[in-house]
Amino acid sequence: MSEPTQAGAQREEIVLNMGPHHPSTHGVLRFVVHTDGEIMRKAVPEVGYLHRGLEKLAETQTYAGYMPFTDRVNYLEAMFAEQAYAMAVEALLATEVPPRAEFLRTIACELNRIANHHVTLGCITMDLGAYTPFVYLLREREGINDLIEALCGNRITHNYLRIGGVSYDVDDKWLGQLESYLNHFEPIIDELVALIVGNEILIKRMEDVAVISREDAVAWGLTGPNLRASGQDWDVRRDIPYGAYPQFEFDVPVGPLGRGQAGDCNQRFLVRVEEMRQSCRILRQCLAKLPEGDIKAKVPKMIKAPKGESYASVEGARGEMGCYLVSDGGKNPYRLKWRTGSFSAMSIIEHTSPGLMIADLVALVATLDVIAPECDR
Amino acid sequence: MEFIYNYLSSLELGPWATNILFVIALLVVSAAVFLVALTIAGFLVVVERRVAGRVQSRIGPNRVGPFGVLQWLADGIKLFMKEDLVPAQADGPLFRLAPYLVMVGVFAAFASVPFGMLLIASDLNVGILYILAITSVATVGILMSGWASNNKWSLLGGIRSTAQIVSYEVPAALSVLSVVLIAGTLQMSGTASSPGIISLQGGWPWDWYAFYNPFSLTAFAIYFTSAVAEGNRTPFDLPEAESELVAGFNTEYSGMRFAGFFLAEFANVYLMSAIATTLFFGGWQIPGVSLAAQAASFWLRLVGLGIFVGKAAVLCFVVVWFRWTFPRLRVDQLMSLCYRYLVPIAFVCLAGNAVYLLVIPAGSELDNLIHWVTAGAGGLLVLVLLWRVRFHIKRSGDRINLDLLARGEKGSFDPTVQARPYGKFRRQHNKESA
Repeated sequence: MSEPTQAGAQREEIVLNMGPHHPSTHGVLRFVVHTDGEIMRKAVPEVGYLHRGLEKLAETQTYAGYMPFTDRVNYLEAMFAEQAYAMAVEALLATEVPPRAEFLRTIACELNRIANHHVTLGCITMDLGAYTPFVYLLREREGINDLIEALCGNRITHNYLRIGGVSYDVDDKWLGQLESYLNHFEPIIDELVALIVGNEILIKRMEDVAVISREDAVAWGLTGPNLRASGQDWDVRRDIPYGAYPQFEFDVPVGPLGRGQAGDCNQRFLVRVEEMRQSCRILRQCLAKLPEGDIKAKVPKMIKAPKGESYASVEGARGEMGCYLVSDGGKNPYRLKWRTGSFSAMSIIEHTSPGLMIADLVALVATLDVIAPECDR
Repeated sequence: MEFIYNYLSSLELGPWATNILFVIALLVVSAAVFLVALTIAGFLVVVERRVAGRVQSRIGPNRVGPFGVLQWLADGIKLFMKEDLVPAQADGPLFRLAPYLVMVGVFAAFASVPFGMLLIASDLNVGILYILAITSVATVGILMSGWASNNKWSLLGGIRSTAQIVSYEVPAALSVLSVVLIAGTLQMSGTASSPGIISLQGGWPWDWYAFYNPFSLTAFAIYFTSAVAEGNRTPFDLPEAESELVAGFNTEYSGMRFAGFFLAEFANVYLMSAIATTLFFGGWQIPGVSLAAQAASFWLRLVGLGIFVGKAAVLCFVVVWFRWTFPRLRVDQLMSLCYRYLVPIAFVCLAGNAVYLLVIPAGSELDNLIHWVTAGAGGLLVLVLLWRVRFHIKRSGDRINLDLLARGEKGSFDPTVQARPYGKFRRQHNKESA
């Protein structure tokens, strides 16, 4: 560790303990940072501070009773975990979900994606020292929270999906509200681009910083926006179609988009901005094509899944959100396993961090969009 | 000071009595300067929070006193009441001493800051040199607090801060030197009989040193940037970078000692604005009023005080505006900005000013023309900036509007039936349901 210098004094690297209580660690994260002054030798993430045993809990719950717990896997993208779980159970039961329910699930998920990216983009700018965009983005997110509250009564942990469908139908009034929100929000994206994305200091902080090559991204199992920013064209919605997605037209933004090279922090930022536009596009198509019909398939009150196993994955806001389910034919799942985007994103930090500055680590963690509860479950 | 001493001497009380009275007078004047500086700093805290509220589309403190102007007193009293905590592993004496050094560095500089004609605690003949020197004491305090806290974040913050202040002192001093070169004096305020930097400038914009020639206008830009960096303000607030270093050098401080750092930072914002006003913007000069007339009339001096504080307030506002607009630079970007851009440009400005003074005779037609053109260009820049700001505000609207869903103009949307009505819709809703 210590090397002798010319004057005979000892040179030591500082071991900094970043977290679990630190303003920029998202949730309760901890990094053990080895630094030489401002430059890092390495940063080792420590996870587990937010472990709540969500997978073990599933084994004590009925299939329907576990649904509210899925919201807690990641409080920022509750709908996606709900859909992954619902799809896994439906695969076991071989249930057909009515088309209207599929559309409503899509609407809820895409709204959730936009709301999640609001927080992500806000946190990135806040970690890089600009406070104001965060406030503006959270203000816009309130509109989505209001919409979802009108939809299912909850603002953060929604508990909207049911096995075989959704819990509440929508009326024309709500659809009108959704449309007026889209009319309001789409120009806001342009404003956001003008205000934040073009800021020279922000670009300089993120451009060519913490580059993750396409090979590394694939090898470490990054998914979602982080993978696409590295130049790999992969989107579960398009490549393993599920739900109502085959009926929609949308583009998958892949880096490099603007300034900087594929896989740097700026790309991860821009891909998310572009994804918000695409989500708006999908929502508009949902509004145009929304079919009539049932919102819930007929499933028994007490679900007993046949013996077997299933895996269902959805394209969450942080990448592939997957749910692996094993059933022994009883009332409770025999085993449940979550696959989340943050966990793989967290694992690449140790590989990418050497040679970065402390301020770059903050940018890396923020743009990888690591969320502790999703990582620890 | 000389004025007081001469007055006391003229009373013929004998050397002992005169000296004791003089010391008492000194203490009174120091206390007055300290209190004025403290009030300005506290007021600036409130202004900052109100401006931040406006920028961020929220309201800001508005409970204590009219428009919340007494908020800083409430905060100060709260911090006074708190326990004076010294971490067990900290270096006690140094830890306790550090905030005072920072405060001394900033508040002592106020002794030589003019507020109006003759309204200056001590118009030293080396005024600007004294200010540049005494503010450096704060650096020692910051490094001391970083070291004595025995906290790695504090240490990193202290080192960052010290490196930053020492580096940015170079371009700041070089651009100040440009003005000193033009004025030929180091005295801040001055009167008709003993010329100072302000009294040598005029009341009109084209008489100001900022618009003396293009070089001095650039020198102002460099001074302002460096001063923001020296004050550890965004976008150069790396020492206190919350998301990186927790709270930098004052991580371990609480209560009154934290308040010391806090007020010193805000006093420094006013200090740098006041110095910029003095050096570049004609200080307390009233347009079209001669120095003799100002010296004779108390009311004119009061107007001058208002003009000085007004100009400084505009600059303070710009600094606050910066903070809520810009992200933060990285350490290496900060240093390269200083040494690769600001220092060379400051040298060019200094050399350019020297050549200008040599080549173009003062008061000639050409000299006046250059003043006019530079002032015009500066005014045009400000106008363009204001026009852009107005354009953006008009485009996105600056009203605080919580009725988000109601803002969608198209679509079949009735704001009174949304899930949770906000603002005026909530009041309307309540009235209807009652």
